[in-house]
Parts: sequence; structure tokens; C-alpha cells
Amino acid sequence: MASQPQPQRQEQALRLHVPEPSARPGQHTDFSYLHLSDAGAVRRPPIDVAPADTHDLATALVRVLGEDGCAHGPWVPPLAPEQLVRGLRAMLKTRIFDARMLIAQRQKKMSFYIQSLGEEAIACAHALALVDGDMCFPTYRQQGLLLARDDVPLVPLICQLLSNERDPLKGRQLPVMYSMKRAGFFSISGNLATQFIQAVGWAMASAIKGDTKIASAWIGDGATAEADFHTALTFAHVYRAPVILNVVNNQWAISTFQAIAGGEGTTFAGRGVGCGIASLRVDGNDFLAVYAASSWAAERARGNLGPTLIEWISYRAGPHSTSDDPSKYRPADDAARFPLGDPIARLKTHLIALGAWSEEQHAALQRELETEIGAAQKEAERFGTLADGHAPPLASMFEDVYREMPPHLHAQLRQLQEAKG
Amino acid sequence: MAAMTMIQALRSAMDVMLERDPNVVVFGQDVGYFGGVFRCTEGLQAKHGSARVFDAPISEGGIVGAAVGMGAYGLRPVAEIQFADYFYPASDQIVSEAARLRYRSVGDFTAPITIRMPCGGGIYGGQTHSQSPEALFTHVCGLRTLMPSNPYDAKGLLISAIECDDPVIFLEPKRLYNGPFDGHHDRPIVPWSAHALGEVPDGHYRVALESAAVFRAGRALTVLTYGTMVFVSEAAAIETGIDAEIIDLRSLWPLDLAAIVNSVKKTGRCVIVHEATRTCGFGAELAALVQEHCFYHLEAPIERVTGWDTPYPHALEWDYFPGPARVAAALRRAMEP
Repeated sequence: MASQPQPQRQEQALRLHVPEPSARPGQHTDFSYLHLSDAGAVRRPPIDVAPADTHDLATALVRVLGEDGCAHGPWVPPLAPEQLVRGLRAMLKTRIFDARMLIAQRQKKMSFYIQSLGEEAIACAHALALVDGDMCFPTYRQQGLLLARDDVPLVPLICQLLSNERDPLKGRQLPVMYSMKRAGFFSISGNLATQFIQAVGWAMASAIKGDTKIASAWIGDGATAEADFHTALTFAHVYRAPVILNVVNNQWAISTFQAIAGGEGTTFAGRGVGCGIASLRVDGNDFLAVYAASSWAAERARGNLGPTLIEWISYRAGPHSTSDDPSKYRPADDAARFPLGDPIARLKTHLIALGAWSEEQHAALQRELETEIGAAQKEAERFGTLADGHAPPLASMFEDVYREMPPHLHAQLRQLQEAKG
Repeated sequence: MAAMTMIQALRSAMDVMLERDPNVVVFGQDVGYFGGVFRCTEGLQAKHGSARVFDAPISEGGIVGAAVGMGAYGLRPVAEIQFADYFYPASDQIVSEAARLRYRSVGDFTAPITIRMPCGGGIYGGQTHSQSPEALFTHVCGLRTLMPSNPYDAKGLLISAIECDDPVIFLEPKRLYNGPFDGHHDRPIVPWSAHALGEVPDGHYRVALESAAVFRAGRALTVLTYGTMVFVSEAAAIETGIDAEIIDLRSLWPLDLAAIVNSVKKTGRCVIVHEATRTCGFGAELAALVQEHCFYHLEAPIERVTGWDTPYPHALEWDYFPGPARVAAALRRAMEP
């Protein structure tokens, strides 16, 4: 019997690829993996561009502010210097607020805190591109969306962080998990990615009703691995939902490098193009680029042109949270060596180059904001901190589980009250 | 009034609510043009338009997640999960999101959504088209879990669910869609048109939430049950001649504790019947409630009749299904002095 022809056998053992960052503590990160474009080098298509024709924009990097401190190219937004100063103020306010609250956490006045250090431009510039009635579905690192607004007082935010008797969320949520419908800020879950598809549903509702409001969804690079990210892209594309899908790629999800989320050799913006969604990859530390891309996406959504996915390239300069220690897993000098720099420093340099700002004005603004935030903190602490037992009343634990408290929860509240004496 | 199957009654409820409230939308897999694999939404897209009744991608997590967002906007979405067996990918959106949104935001945002899903076996659906996952929902604080057993309740409860500001899991026993099935699978099908509870008002009416029904009055023993097992229990009561009072819970959680306690205190005996698997099933909670509230009135141990703790089998479906013979045996045991 003639033998069957055999395919040539491969004798090489198979290997599992587990991505690694280019450097660990004590080494220097090779940031060439970021694939940067020069400021002004990337085209700005018309807002009715076909999603498939944004493929190059999902791999390049939209940048406006150059090394020279000047604005370059087709994405330069029509922002007056006063608006830029407003943006600088919002970013600085966010940074000072974060720093103050971090200290308060170290003083055990609150259980937990999450800073947005180094990522302030993304939320603060995006907020300027939205209007009242729009709704953001944020993660826990977009406090800049609130702090950029003039109509959000600091005291209730700090009371939330302190879980005190004036906590608008009655001590039910971890610090930073704000909810503020009137400021277009959806309740933060803490379970990752769930808000991404909810934002799409909210945007679909606006379209179903024939309203004009748009949604803006937020997610980190790490959580794009969740199913809710992919369902959000599918639903947003299928129903052409008026939503902006923001992926904040700050390189790290707690201790895992963005390659573990699937960023190696590709981009998160590329996910959008694959789903039929117009997509951009943008310098998230460039206030002007963030504003320009956000406005482009918002205009598309308002024009019934459908969703836009934007990958914001940034760097998480601080720990993931107050429960994290990044010195254990990444080089300590990463943030300083990150090629896109610091968003506040870059906008400040630009404003000074424009002749619209000075070191003296900057120092004065910093002092003014420190005073404002310090006063708000002092005021909030009058209503207690987590440390001094000014917790909300017991009954509040049982309220709002349902619209009306059902009999079994009344009974359980009585049991608790009796047990406490 | 009109004679309706459970399918027609459910469709009528959605039709009435689409008509009455511009914030009601209906969506899910195959529910649009086609009208659903069980035909519950047939004709609704043609009547109310594709912006209010539409097909969804095959993504239960996406369907419920989008519904939560729509609810937060102010709509009252009615989402269909094609089979209860398929809800698992939506668990996070149901348990962590819909159920707790009001609580975590102190009412800033709410999820007034209704999630319909056909449940239960008896249609040769095998282990992925037969499950009764109600206990997975009743364990979750913030959800309301309902299961009607007949066309009248199905319509009135679905209207109450859609109007309710809390998220509602609406379980539809699919073996009851076309008739009051009593567990005798070898006998001819009885249509709803031959049953009083198949008479359904054409317009708007509600069946109250947290309200059980005394499906059959009796003095000897209390049967606590819901869904398909209401009719199986009735058959067992008739066949044993035991004067059983059958309580159809309808609202599983939060439930009508007074109806349960009043009946068990009166009869002193209690049998709990459900189709779902036994261990940590909803019957375990019912048994605990009965002993907490009626211990000194009990004259016999509480009996449970349930599906076995196995996946729902295909070929051996009727050996899994807790039919009238098994319920009858439990009724007799509960009557022993």
C-alpha cells in the first residue's frame, strides 16, 4: 500500500506570548512603542467622513501643540486666549484638588482616593466641548469633568469623599464615585466598563425621543478587554448612536501594561474602525488637540453622523489609587520621561508664547486655587470625616433599594435599631 | 374582554403601554419585524414604528446595558431576553447596575426597566432552553422578580412592571404560553380559551405587585407555588382529593408574606413546589420564612417538590419535571399526622 504524502512536520515547541513592558523598576522605558506623529502633521477630515476612511487617523496621533509651544496644523481649534486660560485654570484646579485630597486620605479623613495626575487635559478640555444636557458616563479618573464646571461647588464633592453627614450619596459609595445628573455626570459604578454600553443606550434614547442631547462614554485601556466595551461599539455602530466613545490609554491598568489589555502592535482606536466607527488617536496631554477632537466628535454626534471613538494617549503619572504602589512594577522616572509631557506645563508654555500668560499670573492662580480648595475642605470637614464617626443615619442604609421601602426592609431596619439599642 | 393566550396577553400589555406612554420602547433579539421567536411582539413594530420596537444584536449584556442607559435617560424600556437560559452574559448589568443604580446615586439616576424572559421546561428544550433561574434574581437586592401563571395575570403584571420605577425581572413560563399545562404531558393540550383566566380585558389594568393570589381555596394544607407548577399542583390536589389551598405567589420578591402566613397558620401544613433545581432554590427561602413566621402552627414538616439538582435533561425531561405524581406524593406526606 502506497504511503500517504505527509505534511512537513514542525519540530519547534509552541510558546505562549505574555506581553511585557519594555522596562521594569530600575530600567528605562523605551517609549518608541507609542508611534508619535508631529504636531500639525495629521489631517482633519470633514465631519461627515466615512468611518472606514479614518483608518489612518486611528493609527497616527493628532497633535496641535508642538515642542515650540505653538499650535500647528488643521486641528488648531478656534479658542480665544481667555478660553485657554479657563482650561488652564480647570486643569490646575483639578491637580491641586487631587493633591489636597490625597493628603486628606493619608490623614485617614477618607478611606480611599484616586487622582487624575497627568491626565487633566482629557476631562477638562472635553468638558468645554459639551453643552448642558449632554451626559458623561465617566470612570473614576474624570473628576476634571466636574471641576471644569463653574456650577459644581467643591463642598458637596469633598463631603462625598469624606463620607460625612452631608455626603450627597449618603455614604453608600467609595470616595470619588460621584453622581451629578444636573452636571451631566452619570453615577460611577466601580464595576469596570458597564457605563460604556449604558452611555450608548442613553444616546439611543435621545435619538428615539428626537432630542438633541449627546452622550460621552469613558473607559480606560485596561477595561476595553471587557465585553461591555465591545457590545458598546456594536450597539453604537448598529444604531448610529449620538455618542463619543473615549478610551483613555494611560498605559497602565493598576500593574498591567496596556499590552495586557491588547494594545501591543495595534491601537485601541483601531478597534473602532473595525466596528465601522469613525476613530481618532489623539495626544491626550495636548489641551488644544483634546478640545479639537472632542468638538469634532460632538459635532458628528449632533449631526446624526453617529459615534466617534477617540483613543487619548496619556500617562497615569500617579498610582492607580491610594491602595497601589507603582514603584513595585514600573520605572519611577516613567512620567518624567513620557514623550507627551505634562498637560498643564504644555498649555502654560503655549499661553506664555502667545503673550497671554506669565509665570507671575500662573503663581497667583495657583495660590488663589489653593486658598479656594483649602477653604472648601475646611467647610466640608465641619460636617465630619470618616475618622470622626459623622456617618449618615442608619435608616439611609435601607432607603433607595427600591422606590418604596418594602416590608422586609422595614423589618430589617427595626432589627438593626434594636440590636444597636 | 377577549379570550387570549398568554402570548396574546403579553403582546396586549406591551401594545397598551406603547400606546399610553411615549417613553415605552420594546427591543430584543428577533422582536422587531419578525415579532419574537415566541411571537410575543408580533405586529408591534408595524403599529408603533421601528424607533420604538426594534431588533437588537445577539448580546444580552448589550441589551440590558443599553436598557439601563435608556432608563437613566427617562425611557421605560421593555427588553426581551430570548430564553432565561441566556441571561447570564447580562448578569453584571442586572445585578451590579440596574438593581443598584437608584441606591448608589441616591435616586439621581434610576433604571425603570422590565426584562422579559421565557423560562421553564416541558418543551424539549434541553439544558439551554428550559431553566428557571428565579432564585438568582430573588437573591439580588433592588430587583423585583415576577412570574405570572395565566393570561390575566400576565397582562396585568406586565403593565404593573412597565409602570414600576424599579427594575423588574419578568419570567414567563413558556409551557403556559398556549394553555394551562398541568404536567400530564401525554394528554391533549388544553387551550387558554377553555379556561376562565384566559379571559383578558382589552385595555389597561394592573395586577398589583407584592400580591399573591389564592388560586384554589382549601383548608387541609397550603401549597406555595408559582408559574407552571400552579396547574401541576392543582392537578395533584384534585387527584389526591386533598383540600389543598394553592397560593400563586406571582410576585416572588418582594413577596406577599401576609398571604403565605395567613394560609399556613390556617392549614398548619405547607408544601412548596417549583420547577427550578432544589438546593438554594427559592423554595429554601419560602421554607425559612414559613418556619420563622408559622413555626408554632406547623403540624408536619415542610415539603419541597422541585426539579432535581441536575442540568435540565433532554431525553429524560419528564423524569426531571416535578409532575403531578411527585406533587401528589408530597401532599400525602404532608398530610401524615
